[in-house]
Amino acid sequence: MEALLSNVDWPEIGIASWDTLVMVGMSLLFSVLAGLPIGVLLFLTGKRQLLEQPLAYGVLSFVVNVLRSVPFIILLIVMIPFTVMLIGTSLGVAGAIPPLVAGGAPFFARLVETSLREVDRGIIEATQAMGANVRQIIFGALLPEALPGIIAGITVTAITLVSYAAMSGVIGGGGLGDLAIRFGYQRFQTDVMVITVALLVIFVQVLQMAGDRLVLYFSRK
Amino acid sequence: MIVFNQVQKSYQVDGRAIPALHPTDMTIENGEVFGIVGHSGAGKSTLVRLINLLEPPTGGDILIDEENITHYSAAELRAFRRKVGMIFQHFNLLSSKTVSDNIAFPMKLAGIYSKAEIRDRVQELLDRVGLTDHATKYPSQLSGGQKQRVGIARALACRPTILLCDEATSALDPQTTQSVLRLLSEINKELGLTIVLITHEMDVVRRVCDRVAVMDAGRVVEMGPVSEVFLHPKHPTTRDFVFESESIDSQERQEDLQKASGRILRLTFKGESTYQPLLGSVARASGVDFSILSGRIDHIKDTPYGQLTLSLVGGDLEVAMTALKAADVHVEVLR
Repeated sequence: MEALLSNVDWPEIGIASWDTLVMVGMSLLFSVLAGLPIGVLLFLTGKRQLLEQPLAYGVLSFVVNVLRSVPFIILLIVMIPFTVMLIGTSLGVAGAIPPLVAGGAPFFARLVETSLREVDRGIIEATQAMGANVRQIIFGALLPEALPGIIAGITVTAITLVSYAAMSGVIGGGGLGDLAIRFGYQRFQTDVMVITVALLVIFVQVLQMAGDRLVLYFSRK
Repeated sequence: MIVFNQVQKSYQVDGRAIPALHPTDMTIENGEVFGIVGHSGAGKSTLVRLINLLEPPTGGDILIDEENITHYSAAELRAFRRKVGMIFQHFNLLSSKTVSDNIAFPMKLAGIYSKAEIRDRVQELLDRVGLTDHATKYPSQLSGGQKQRVGIARALACRPTILLCDEATSALDPQTTQSVLRLLSEINKELGLTIVLITHEMDVVRRVCDRVAVMDAGRVVEMGPVSEVFLHPKHPTTRDFVFESESIDSQERQEDLQKASGRILRLTFKGESTYQPLLGSVARASGVDFSILSGRIDHIKDTPYGQLTLSLVGGDLEVAMTALKAADVHVEVLR
């Protein structure tokens, strides 16, 4: 066993795991905080919706599409000057978070838009007929009704961020991905590669299971 | 009182105006149950949504209790809508809220009720619609009829003066339909609420409505008391609806009439005359022999009625007709 995993530096793995956790956690938090209002706006300004606004929808949708169509590995590099400006460095855990949010937020926004569209129009109409204003319709009816879908969206976003976070190792982002690239790939230490991949798989499994549980808990259908 | 003054509605489709409702005049009295019947696409959904301005009209004025609501500001409109309850074909309950929370929802939105007021009112309404035991359930755990009862309780929460029913029983089985209609009738009588009900089933109109408007292709083609419209339909669309609800095929009807000999009369009995043993005594007095070609005997709301199509042979027809008319029977000569 010792010989088989001779290259594995366990304390290093521990630190890297923690770094990945922080990167995913922080970027997920900011992705949700930014993506949720963008998703709600996309929905509301969309065709035949409450605040139909073709121009606003067009602009917002375009920005989201641009951010989503840039391959993440390119986005990481393109974002470097902006990240340095924002937090002083483009390296390490902190340096990886801005590009992760730039990749995660528009992705999540689209998922929010989709799950809001799945809310029965009749429910919006009924809420309007009760004399609700737009704010009450959003917070009283739309978001609670779309909650299971939004939670599923958060799960998918979190998992996407795990893979994005691993990619950020390429530009010195830290975490398990960084370990896999520097040791597993560049030094041909296959055992390190196997361990990091195994940990990432476990991480994703746990996220998916927790997400599914929450969706089930909030589903009343 | 709901007054429509040349109200019209059209939709813009590809730059062209497609009319959904042609200019319409209509008056709905306070406390009555007013039915709007029509095939899908006839414009009845649009008509009912004009009353609470879910669909703003493209012309004309809508007056509710002499106030013109077409010029309301957004805030005035929201306050007005709290006084107009609405129930839907597919119930439109919030699946994320319990039965109690669904009923409390409009009161919470209004923001003028205390927690205690809301709790008491919800309890009262649960009792009213017979769902006290289901207060903490979610809509998905209820049957269709129960869901519509929640819808009714929710619509009544803010003590509205008008209740709009959009095909409220169309997704329910006949038995449940009956119990929901009974509940609506009770509410109408006990609370003096004005009910505007749209449906494609003449049977629903017959059971609960006082007056009815028949719609076809965006126009009201016939309007009047249910007994009048139901027993003496004038417009072809109305006739279709009446025959449909009686499962009478008009083709078959024509053939039956052709085979019969003698004069053919249609007699309509309403109210007390329905119970009189009239036909026998008239036949004896006038010496007329009759055979019944078709007939229906039922209730319009609470009034019993009978309508018989007879062929008459021999005797003194004039005497028979005079006797029938004297007994308050409406007589039409079909042939």
